[in-house]
Amino acid sequence: MLHFELVTPEKLVRSEEVYMVTVPGTEGDFGVLQGHAPFMSTVRDGNLSIYRTDKGEPETIRIEGGFAEVNAKGLTVLAEKVEG
Amino acid sequence: MASLKALKIRIGSVKSTQKITKAMKMVAAAKLRRAQEAAEAGRPYAQRLEAVVASLAGKVRVSESSPRLLAGTGKDQVHLLVVATSDKGLAGAFNTNIARLARKHARDLVAAGKTVKIYTIGRKGRGVLNREFRANMVHGIEPGDLGKLSFADARGYADDIIARFEAGEYDVATLFYSNFKSVLTQEPTAQQIVPVSIPEAAAAAETGVSAATEYEPEEEELLADLLPRNVAIQLYRAIRENAASEQGSKMTAMDNATRNAGDLIKRLSIQYNRARQAAITTELVEIISGAEAL
Repeated sequence: MLHFELVTPEKLVRSEEVYMVTVPGTEGDFGVLQGHAPFMSTVRDGNLSIYRTDKGEPETIRIEGGFAEVNAKGLTVLAEKVEG
Repeated sequence: MASLKALKIRIGSVKSTQKITKAMKMVAAAKLRRAQEAAEAGRPYAQRLEAVVASLAGKVRVSESSPRLLAGTGKDQVHLLVVATSDKGLAGAFNTNIARLARKHARDLVAAGKTVKIYTIGRKGRGVLNREFRANMVHGIEPGDLGKLSFADARGYADDIIARFEAGEYDVATLFYSNFKSVLTQEPTAQQIVPVSIPEAAAAAETGVSAATEYEPEEEELLADLLPRNVAIQLYRAIRENAASEQGSKMTAMDNATRNAGDLIKRLSIQYNRARQAAITTELVEIISGAEAL
């Protein structure tokens, strides 16, 4: 499972184990699975999709501004604004 | 000795003061809980961002083309002191402590022949610093209730501060605020925000950002995007810490005031009772000696 954290300046919105997350990067969307190579990207305004299992519908969260970081610990998305 | 009536009035007035300070303490305690949660909730973001910026900054070689928020202007002649306090008093030494730290820095800088400019967020800090550095004030913001400030507000302040930097108004900016450690301890803190201060290797090691990390877009571009954001976040964090510190400080101050009022009431009551007894004794003596004379 992938450890996923979504953080805004106000609070820690999510911290959970998920299957996959797709992030709207500035230079294109990218999906992150467990064991992704270290990666860092800025994020454009758009929808973040969280897949809890490999099947089933994703949960989408709209985020604005920020950046995403993938390291050995998992994926951290720092967003300035989160809706939903 | 004060008359019985005067003492009674005095006790009454201290009692009503005590009621007010007690109520203020309760309000501060309630607000404190919220402000403290908010301050703690905001920490992960600020810390992560700081660490990421630090590790990135460590990788990018500082050159002519690197962002000025990172490299600075190459001088440190003009210093901007951003003093974040609150708009309201009655919070113990909260505002004074921050202002005192800022004043000390300002004096040191002036003594070293630097130019000092002061940018205040919060009316109280401005009031204190105005006495000595009236000519150095560049701008003052009155944020109102600190607990109600949103990130967008902080972003607005940060944009203004960065715009002043871009316009060449100053070389180095330092932020003064009160770090919330616990209800009893709040520590006035100075933090350099422009150009970004890098706590060197320690930060890079912590994030686990390895050399193999890929960046999108390139490091330089990423940094140019993150640096202004970092200023806004650090400012926002400072305001959040201030909000919690203010309430903590207020609670302690009001608790002390309530206790003092209690002591005062006790002392005044004893005085009042003594005076009353003395009056009764005098009356009795008068009656008895009057009866004896017959």
